[in-house]
Amino acid sequence: MSEASAPARKPAKGKYELDERLKAYQGVWVFVEHEQGEVHPVSWELLGEGRKLADTLGVELCGVVLGAPGLRTRRFCDEAFFHGADACYLVEDPVLANYRNEPFTKGLTELVNTYQPEILLLGATTQGRDLAGSVATTLQTGLTADCTELRIDPDNRSLAASRPTFGGSLLCTILTLNYRPQMATVRPRVMAMPDRDAARSGRIIEHALHLLETDIVTKVLDYIPDARQDKPQLPFADVIVAGGRGMKKPENFQLIRDLAAVLGGEVGASRPVVQAGWVELDRQVGQSGKTVRPKLYIAAGISGAVQHRVGMEGSDVIIAINTDPNAPIFDFATYGIVGNAMTILPALTEVFRQELALAKIAV
Amino acid sequence: MHIVVCIKQVPDSAQIRVHPVTNTIMRQGVPAIVNPYDLFSLEEALRLKDRFGGRVTVLTMGPPQAEAALRKCVSFGADEAILVTDRAFAGADTLATSYALAAAIRKIGENEAVDLVFCGKQTIDGDTAQVGPGIAKRLELQLLTYVSQVDDLDLAQRAIRVQRRAEGGVQVLQTTLPCLITMLEGTNEMRFASMDNMFRAARAEVRVWNREQAGIEDVARIGLKGSPTVVSKVFAPKAKEQKAEMIETESDQPRDIALTVVGKLFTQHAKLRGGLAKKLA
Ligand SMILES: Cc1cc2nc3c(=O)[nH]c(=O)nc-3n(C[C@H](O)[C@H](O)[C@H](O)COP(=O)(O)OP(=O)(O)OC[C@H]3O[C@@H](n4cnc5c(N)ncnc54)[C@H](O)[C@@H]3O)c2cc1C
Ligand SMILES: Cc1cc2nc3c(=O)[nH]c(=O)nc-3n(C[C@H](O)[C@H](O)[C@H](O)COP(=O)(O)OP(=O)(O)OC[C@H]3O[C@@H](n4cnc5c(N)ncnc54)[C@H](O)[C@@H]3O)c2cc1C
Repeated sequence: MSEASAPARKPAKGKYELDERLKAYQGVWVFVEHEQGEVHPVSWELLGEGRKLADTLGVELCGVVLGAPGLRTRRFCDEAFFHGADACYLVEDPVLANYRNEPFTKGLTELVNTYQPEILLLGATTQGRDLAGSVATTLQTGLTADCTELRIDPDNRSLAASRPTFGGSLLCTILTLNYRPQMATVRPRVMAMPDRDAARSGRIIEHALHLLETDIVTKVLDYIPDARQDKPQLPFADVIVAGGRGMKKPENFQLIRDLAAVLGGEVGASRPVVQAGWVELDRQVGQSGKTVRPKLYIAAGISGAVQHRVGMEGSDVIIAINTDPNAPIFDFATYGIVGNAMTILPALTEVFRQELALAKIAV
Repeated sequence: MHIVVCIKQVPDSAQIRVHPVTNTIMRQGVPAIVNPYDLFSLEEALRLKDRFGGRVTVLTMGPPQAEAALRKCVSFGADEAILVTDRAFAGADTLATSYALAAAIRKIGENEAVDLVFCGKQTIDGDTAQVGPGIAKRLELQLLTYVSQVDDLDLAQRAIRVQRRAEGGVQVLQTTLPCLITMLEGTNEMRFASMDNMFRAARAEVRVWNREQAGIEDVARIGLKGSPTVVSKVFAPKAKEQKAEMIETESDQPRDIALTVVGKLFTQHAKLRGGLAKKLA
């Protein structure tokens, strides 16, 4: 209940025999989420991860596309094949023109009940979370939120979904044993983007949804797109320079901004710094902030708590600056510098400026 | 108009300390608070009550101590508070939690029909954002998640118009009551508790319901039994095969350190140098 720990129920060890009725559920599905004619990249990331799960299980990987006819839905199926799907379930219906909870819940639930997948993955986005919670409740099955790792448990062929536990530096693995499908959401950028192979193709399985617009209560009156440059785009930045509580005071964040500017990167931060109001909410990296995968992540005065780590450990190269040689961030950084961020950062800014000036001439 | 706001008591994460050796969280002495996300929903409910009249009932499922969180909500202006508590609820995952809360809301509705249910966007402990959609589905309420603004409410027509955050923009949605709303954080600011309400909260009678009183007959659908998800293990994140390469220099001069690390970076990750230069060129 409101005990601050995950429910402490352990499944019996060893082999696990699934109910006969549930053995009919086969295959790994990924919900292909789109908005305003664009597929959310998290869907491709999930196909990449889903491919591994399907291969381990020896089953098919399928995309699920719901949308209005003519809405580029077939293009989305092709893209799903390019990103690893063997087949795509396609529901085309005018009521699916914009995302709305009711028709999408009906459509996805009906597909699951008809074709019975064993695993269903969705992005942990405003659309995916809205839909996943409704679908899992309708299907009366388990749903694991915001997973950072998905594996197949060799003992029982079930999905072992891991996510950070509350407050501690630990992760927990959650299983959905006697229910199917096993559902999980994963946040954008947590999984790597798979290579796109335009030579791949697959089957499209069309399914008709018999819904009338007059039966759907909620109407979309308007859609107001965000102005592009309004928000920092941390999840897709190539370089991020992030500061934590070790930066001591808000004025010192200028050192972070200076280095980010020289590298053409974005400024990131740990949660305490965001909560103290030193930088905007959109710049928080971690479990309750953004997940990022830059080519270079520089962390200054950040200890490397697991909630921060899960948001940035997919970075190609991590440089950590910390006064404490035992800071946990050195356990997973690429390069570690034991030292005072207030003197190291300006030196780095200067050296990068010079180095890049030289490199630019060479370009 | 009758509004039910679901709130959860959670440990104050700002006060949580992690045991340096065992890596487990040290719970002793950590104060419990109302889940911060729930306050945006409570404030929105109170604003609707201010404009349109009616009553706000706050509801929580939790241990007996959760009563304190309900009193806090009464001090902000909630009219009534209900605590659903029973050992049988222990170990509930989100499916079992939404089952119990939906039953309690149905029960509340027997006295006075419920027009609107509010939930927080998510909690800071379980952090799943799944309970709101679950309750809506069970009660067949229209679901409006990530609402940044309630534009309009027409009680005569039973119509509501809201702005909902989507990934690349904002949806303007129109639906009918009853519905369930989860508010986005930062969309309003919780009012101060008035002196009157603080006194009222201190004296308020929190109604305490056990399983039967909450109208739950099927024990197989609550608590551990009613939870499809099972925690199989808790573990520390994998140590990387390789720890960080520590930068050692003869002098402790920042410039030497910077030259060394940038040198290593650009030789061991040569592509990065070219990529950066191209981007900046
Ligand atoms: C539910 C939940 C969700 C959370 N979500 C997030 C999240 O999304 N993102 C997140 O970041 N955190 C999150 N946290 C918080 C997380 O547990 C840590 O508390 C937080 O990441 C610590 O931030 P920090 O590293 O900046 O501060 P600290 O842990 O205080 O570390 C400061 C570091 O700075 C070093 N330092 C001090 N002085 C200097 C100096 N002069 N130069 C260099 N180094 C110096 C210190 O040695 C120390 O290692 C969450 C916590 C919970 C409970
Ligand atoms: C570390 C950890 C991981 C977990 N992972 C999962 C998981 O992946 N899947 C799963 O099904 N369960 C999971 N659980 C169990 C889950 O946290 C509990 O079921 C919990 O009772 C409700 O979920 P939540 O805290 O995530 O709420 P959320 O769904 O995030 O809460 C949304 C809103 O619902 C309302 N609400 C939630 N709980 C209550 C309540 N008790 N009383 C009144 N209103 C409430 C509040 O308005 C809240 O803001 C996990 C628990 C922990 C501690």
